[in-house]
Amino acid sequence: MMNFFKLTKATVAAPADPRDRGGPRQPMLIARNLRKHFPITGGLLGRTVASVRAVDDVSFAVRKGETLGVVGESGCGKSTLAKLLMHLVPPDSGELIFDGLEVGARDGLRLRDLRRNMQMVFQDSASSLNPRMPIEESVAYGPRVHGMGRAQARAHAISLLEQVGLPARLFAGRYPHELSGGQKQRVNIARALALDPRMLILDEAVSALDKSVEAQVLNLLRRLKAEFNLTYLFISHDLHVVQYISDRVMVMYLGEVVEIGPVERIYASATHPYTRALLASQLHADPRARVTEPPITGDPPNPVNPPGGCRFHTRCPFAETICSQTAPALTPLPAASEHVVACHMADPASGHTRAGAQARPGLVPSAFADTPGPDRTSKEGVRA
Amino acid sequence: MTAPSKIVADPSQAAAAPLLEVENLHVDFISRAGRTPAVRDVSFGLAPGEVLCILGESGSGKSVTLRALMRLLPQGRSEIRGQVRFQGEDVLKMPRRALNMLRGARISMIFQEPMTALDPVFTIGDQIAETVIRHTGASREKAMARALELLELVRIPSAERRLKAYPHELSGGLRQRAMIAVSLSCYPQLLLADEPTTALDATVQIQILILLKQLQQDLGMGTIFVTHDLGVAAQIADKIAVMYAGRVVEYGSAEEVLLNPSHPYARGMLASTVSGQPRDRDIAAIPGSPPDMRNLPAGCAFAPRCAFATDLCHRSEPGLTQRGAFGHVSCHHVHRLDPPAPAGASVTTL
Repeated sequence: MMNFFKLTKATVAAPADPRDRGGPRQPMLIARNLRKHFPITGGLLGRTVASVRAVDDVSFAVRKGETLGVVGESGCGKSTLAKLLMHLVPPDSGELIFDGLEVGARDGLRLRDLRRNMQMVFQDSASSLNPRMPIEESVAYGPRVHGMGRAQARAHAISLLEQVGLPARLFAGRYPHELSGGQKQRVNIARALALDPRMLILDEAVSALDKSVEAQVLNLLRRLKAEFNLTYLFISHDLHVVQYISDRVMVMYLGEVVEIGPVERIYASATHPYTRALLASQLHADPRARVTEPPITGDPPNPVNPPGGCRFHTRCPFAETICSQTAPALTPLPAASEHVVACHMADPASGHTRAGAQARPGLVPSAFADTPGPDRTSKEGVRA
Repeated sequence: MTAPSKIVADPSQAAAAPLLEVENLHVDFISRAGRTPAVRDVSFGLAPGEVLCILGESGSGKSVTLRALMRLLPQGRSEIRGQVRFQGEDVLKMPRRALNMLRGARISMIFQEPMTALDPVFTIGDQIAETVIRHTGASREKAMARALELLELVRIPSAERRLKAYPHELSGGLRQRAMIAVSLSCYPQLLLADEPTTALDATVQIQILILLKQLQQDLGMGTIFVTHDLGVAAQIADKIAVMYAGRVVEYGSAEEVLLNPSHPYARGMLASTVSGQPRDRDIAAIPGSPPDMRNLPAGCAFAPRCAFATDLCHRSEPGLTQRGAFGHVSCHHVHRLDPPAPAGASVTTL
């Protein structure tokens, strides 16, 4: 039982992990048709008058050893998705398969075991630590709950604090208020690693940090991933950070997945108009590359009663009748089967006048700047 | 070391009277535990129609500097020293009544979080009209007409309907537009903006930045923009002041500071900002964390994290060294560091 806590260190890039059940090709995590609607009640009888469709029919897989970046704006459901994966919020429907075992099924993986294998780091480093507990105890808490002896848990916590760059001699006895934001986030990472998990869900884990500290924590995450043979689901609104850390990127809009693909493809040849708008809205630290036309107008709509058909059609410059009538399904692109997109323009059979255009080079809608770069100002932006 | 005590004004704007002159501004916070410096000897000038970005990390004193300009800091718990001259008048010596006439009329401010800055129990129209009535003495009818005009100016769709909306009924982007409308209600000559786009989504942030830049140019407002985001500064600034531990460590044109920074901190900040770095290598992060303002090191506050620090840096605080036409850098070794490394290059390679 105790060998769960031994720190298995990776020696090669994609090693066979002794904890593997399904083999190296079995995805670490498969989410199928996850859905969560939050009811809004009203009136004297407390009837449900509407619902926030936070996560709607979301399916994806996270491969062993990869980092899947999840991007999207506020209200797109990315944080609800993280909570669904951890079962911090029970999904309305859908299934979760962790390394070949269905979570919560009779012959599957118990919730307790899921949480040992998958841990989470939250955005707010301060509120996720107990202010009355020295950080060493916070880190040792999980292993103790899972049955480790006091002395052993303490030694384990000290070794983890050293691993995340907090020398135990100086830090172990400190309380959270005695640490800076970056140091607190390091403690949270150490705590997430305390149960020797296979996978970490990082929900905006570096977003609240200052830039110089953010870089330190990103470097740390990169090192820990190799050392502990981890798989990451990295949720962020910062496209620069997602590009740096992810192997594949999943783009969400109003509770749905609109595009998934390898990071190079998403950043070089994004296909969904929303992904393209998001990339064109990125700011660059070059005053000569000012954007003078907004790539897209308006705010993301309210996830209460989202628009029908394709949810992006209200802001999409290429929207046609079909877009407001039928919701496009996620389909692989002919050019790259790894790259899936939910857009009628990518489906030659959809009836959209631009359908299929994106599959052929040179016919990409020119209204969006092709790649965000120093020459963007000269290109024409899109007004919806 | 050349150390001009004041910032030399941009010669190109020397003819025009400066809109704002800040000299040797100090802000201390006072608590039972003692005195904590937040802003230390900050000086800068702003010409009419110019955009200055104050760039820095949390705790660098950038927001406190901005608030000190309007004396928006808690009385009794803070002390502001130095000179803040707005159109020749000393704001820090101004009586309350004159100050109240200044705030919201000739100088106005927009904040990061429009939901807390706007009053939840009044409609957007009422809040704009209130400012107009108060400062111009216009009738309510005229003030409401002006409110509508302002909502159209900040491009709020269906402005007429939005006049009667409460802040919670608007989306984040519209709320921020509404706050900009409130701040513009009396055509201020100086707009102070404290991270106004930080809480917004990327696609909305760019819209607000473009709108602010355009309004600033159309109305000829001098603007001071506080941000921690290099991309925001690049998008909007004419000049940039980089703050660290309460001091301005580098000041210059946006292009100079962002593309060719001199100060080791400015260089480190640029290098550590994630933006298309190779994925298989570590980011050139600045080691350590910002100093505790209650317990500042003796010499240069950045010395403990600086790769170039020598004994001199740990002993004495550097003065200002002139750089470019009007800029300056506060570093003992700025000459040794020149020519500056290209943006994005690792500091440690030098």
